[in-house]
Amino acid sequence: MQYLVSVIDDGTGFATPTEQADIDAFNERLRAAGHWVFAGGLGSPDPATVVDNRGGEAVFTDGPFLESKEYLAGFWIIEAADLDVALKLAAEGSKACNRRIEVRPFL
Amino acid sequence: MNVAEVETAIARVHHEEWARVVAALTRRFGDLDIAEEAAAEAFATAVERWPADGVPPNPGAWVTTTATRKAIDRIRRENKRDDKQREARMLYDDDPPDPLGAIDDERLRLLFTCCHPALAMETRVALTLRMVGGLTVPEIARAFLVQEATMGQRITRAKAKIKTARIPYRVPSAEDLPARVSGVLAVLFLVFNEGYLATGPDTDPVRHELTAEAIRLTRLVRALLPEDGEVAGLLALMLLIEARRTARVSPSGELVTLDEQDRGAWDAALVAEGHRLVRERLAAGVAPGRYQVLAAINAVHTSARDVRDTDWSQVVALYDQLVRLDPSPIIALNRAIAVAELDGPEVALATVDRLEGTLAGYHAYHATRADLLRRLGRSQESRAAYDKAIELAGNTAETAYLTRRRDQLA
Repeated sequence: MQYLVSVIDDGTGFATPTEQADIDAFNERLRAAGHWVFAGGLGSPDPATVVDNRGGEAVFTDGPFLESKEYLAGFWIIEAADLDVALKLAAEGSKACNRRIEVRPFL
Repeated sequence: MNVAEVETAIARVHHEEWARVVAALTRRFGDLDIAEEAAAEAFATAVERWPADGVPPNPGAWVTTTATRKAIDRIRRENKRDDKQREARMLYDDDPPDPLGAIDDERLRLLFTCCHPALAMETRVALTLRMVGGLTVPEIARAFLVQEATMGQRITRAKAKIKTARIPYRVPSAEDLPARVSGVLAVLFLVFNEGYLATGPDTDPVRHELTAEAIRLTRLVRALLPEDGEVAGLLALMLLIEARRTARVSPSGELVTLDEQDRGAWDAALVAEGHRLVRERLAAGVAPGRYQVLAAINAVHTSARDVRDTDWSQVVALYDQLVRLDPSPIIALNRAIAVAELDGPEVALATVDRLEGTLAGYHAYHATRADLLRRLGRSQESRAAYDKAIELAGNTAETAYLTRRRDQLA
C-alpha cells in the first residue's frame, strides 16, 4: 500500500539547515526500513504553469491552479502496510520538516 | 412460543450478538460495509422466519451462518475485479485461529477500528453506535438531532475511508494501547453525556436509550479489557451517575440538583456496583486516571445518605488530584463548587470569577456564579448571572430549574 505524504507550507519558505538535516535523517530511516518510494521538495508554487489541452489548442496559464495561502511544498511517497504505519511515519516526517502534513492513500 | 416471545428473543439476540457477528464477518471478508449489511439482512431473515420456524437452539450461530451466506451471495453478485482473491478467502478461511485471550476478542478489533484517531470524533461516535452498538442509522440520526441522510452519509464516508486509506482491523500494539483505549473511552463518555445532558429545546432532558447504550458498550469493553483501570473507572462513573437519573428530573420536568434529590429514589443496585468498582480500583494501588478520580468523587456523593453527611474535604481533595491530571477550567469550576461547601461561597466565588476568560460562554459558569451570589445575598448580581445562564443553557430541565431559582430571588 502506498501513501502520498504531502508537506503543507503557509509561506514559511525553504527548510532551514536544521530542518534539512532532520529531513535527511528521516529519509535515511525511511530507506533503511523499506518505506521509501520517492520524495521531492517543491518550494513555492509561484513558478507553476497550468496546462489545459482539452480543447483544440493547449492553453498555458501562469501561476498555480489553486490560489491559496497554503500550498504543497514537497512530498513523500511511502510504502506502508496500513494507515497506522503511515500515520506514525508521517508524524515523524512532520517533526523532521517542522510543517503540517497530509496523508492520502493511492488507489 | 408466541409472536411477542419471538420478538423478545430476536431483540435479545440482536443485543447480544450484533457486534460479534459484524466483527466476525469483517474479519473474514475484510470489509465493514459487507459485514454490516449482511448482519442486518440476517436479522431481517430471523424476523421473517423465527415466528414460523421457532427460535433456533443456538441463535448466535444461526445469525452468523446466515449472515456469512448473505455476504458470500453479495460478493458473488458484485463480481468485483478482486473477486478471485475474495473467493479464495471465502472457500479457504486460512487465517490462523486467534489465540484465546481477553484482548483477542473480534469485537475489540471492531471497536478500535470504529474509534480510530484518523476519523472525526462525531464519525467515531456514529460508527461505534452502528457497528458495535447495532443501532440503526435513523436511531443514531435521531439521537444526535441530524437528518437521517446526513448520518447515513457520515457512516458511508467513514466506511469508505477505512477501506481506501486502509485503517487496520486490529487491536493496537501494547505501546499504542493506552492512548487508543482512552480514545475509545472518550467516544463512550460522549455518547453517555449526550444522553445525560441532552441538548435541544424539544429534547427530553435525559435520553435513557443513549445512557443505557453507553453503559452496555462500556460493560463490553470492561469484559474485554478487565485489567484496565480507566475502563473500570468510566464504568463506575457512568453507573453512579445513572443511579441518580430518575431523581435528577422532577415530575414537572425540572432539574433537581444533587443537594435536593430524593436519595431514596437512587438505584441502590447501580450505586452498589459503582462503589464496588471504585473500591476495586483503590485496592489495585495504581495511580488513578481521570475517570477513576471522577468515579471516586461520585462515590463520595453517593455514600452520603443525607447531603449534610457529604464528606466535602474528601471531595475537594479528589478534585485537587483531578486538577493535576486535567487542568481544564471546567474541572476548576466543579472544584470551586465543592470548595463553596467546605470554605464558604465567598472563597469559591473568587476562584470562579478567575475563570471568566475561558468559561464566559458556558452556562454552568454563570449558573455557579448565580448560586454563589445568591448565597452571599447579592441578589441583583445573582439575577444577572441567572439570566445569562438561562440564555446559554440548552437542556430543558436545566432551563426550568434556573428560571425558578431566578424568580425566587428577593
